[in-house]
Amino acid sequence: MEALIQSFFNAEIAAAALPIVLDGLLNTILLSLLVVPLGLLGGLILALLANVRHPLVRWPLMAWVDFFRAFPPLVLLVLLFAGLPFAGLELGGFACVAIAFFLNTGAYYGEILRAGIDSVPVGQVEAARSTGLSGLQAMTYVVLPQAVRNVLPDLMSNTLEVVKLTSLGSVVAVPELLFQARQAQSVTYNPTPIVMAAVVYFLILWPLVRLLSRLENRALAARR
Amino acid sequence: MAAAIVEARGLHKHFGALHVLKGVDLDVAERELVFVIGPSGSGKSTLLRCLNRLEEPSAGSIMVDGINLLDPRTDINHARQRIGMVFQSFNLYPHMTALGNVTLALRKVAGKSRGEADAIGRQALERVGLGDRAGHTPGQLSGGQQQRVAIARSIALEPRVMLFDEPTSALDPELVGSVLGVMRDLRDSGMTMVVVSHEMGFARNAADRVLFMDEGVVVEQGPPAAIFENPSHDRTRAFISQIQRH
Repeated sequence: MEALIQSFFNAEIAAAALPIVLDGLLNTILLSLLVVPLGLLGGLILALLANVRHPLVRWPLMAWVDFFRAFPPLVLLVLLFAGLPFAGLELGGFACVAIAFFLNTGAYYGEILRAGIDSVPVGQVEAARSTGLSGLQAMTYVVLPQAVRNVLPDLMSNTLEVVKLTSLGSVVAVPELLFQARQAQSVTYNPTPIVMAAVVYFLILWPLVRLLSRLENRALAARR
Repeated sequence: MAAAIVEARGLHKHFGALHVLKGVDLDVAERELVFVIGPSGSGKSTLLRCLNRLEEPSAGSIMVDGINLLDPRTDINHARQRIGMVFQSFNLYPHMTALGNVTLALRKVAGKSRGEADAIGRQALERVGLGDRAGHTPGQLSGGQQQRVAIARSIALEPRVMLFDEPTSALDPELVGSVLGVMRDLRDSGMTMVVVSHEMGFARNAADRVLFMDEGVVVEQGPPAAIFENPSHDRTRAFISQIQRH
């Protein structure tokens, strides 16, 4: 028992590692604040393009979404990080994570938003257009607010996944929470910092999970 | 005869293999109320929806208030402000209040400030008897009230003509009267209106002219008394006797 506590819950090491881990937390938060809006932006672009019925838009779009949903995000990230320098692009870990997430999570956000847009009755657009609103205005003021509300639980659930996926950044040396914890672990020869990272992840994500459950229950109740 | 606000000529509409409008002409004079009746599938709703280009006619021409609606150079969003439309299913924006529904186009299309738009919007809601419901969302309103908000949303833009697509068909019978009352007030104020509806009582004492459509053509038209009491076509007679049995 004593040995277990010494290895995993070592107070001395925890105190020493705390600044390093908190540094990592800060970067995880910054990374999330970058990749979630980027993914949403990518998703919004894809969802709006999905409304274009022209085959020259439709088929490439479908291929794009399918490709990036099927491509493992870790492989994509490593490929960007290791491959882009050969194309003469030295972007660094942070930028590679941003691009990979734009491509990967954008495809997921796009599918969710598309489902949301499809859930808004066509009469809403007709009413808006009949008062003179342009197609873009009808989308912005009438369709999207309802679409987002209809798929809010799915958007939040995806966002939760995205925040968790930021730990992939550790692979390309982005000093986020997991990377920093592993640094601390390797200098102390003790896994306590990893446990700390796990606790921190749980503490920041658990409120989101609770909120999501409540939203899902409310959506279910509204359907009854 | 006053100047024509709506002049539609030779309208055809195909949905794939379906030929829904087969050469329809429609003139509507200023301040006139034209009622369009006919069995379902006769093309009357499609005709109405062509008049503000929610449906693109396959052939023909449409002038509304001197604007060539089918000319590619016509700014259709601008033209649509002059053509109000009221739908069977209200189509109010559920995420906005009644006032928000009425003011959206005023602010985003007509370019009014929020203050101006709110003032006009409240006035429009007063006109349909819902001045005290400005802050309610559609979900908090009855069907009849929702339809009156939808009418307010249209009249706030001061259209030159209003199109009604079966405005009372989705309403419980006891709520129909309030909507018809608002439509009557509109008519009395001189609004030009084209109404697709089965409210024969309303047609009889408010319409200037009744059009009977069947299978994509206007079978006959005339003053309500003539069409209802003394139709010249068998199809019209059959339809009217069927409607009146209910």
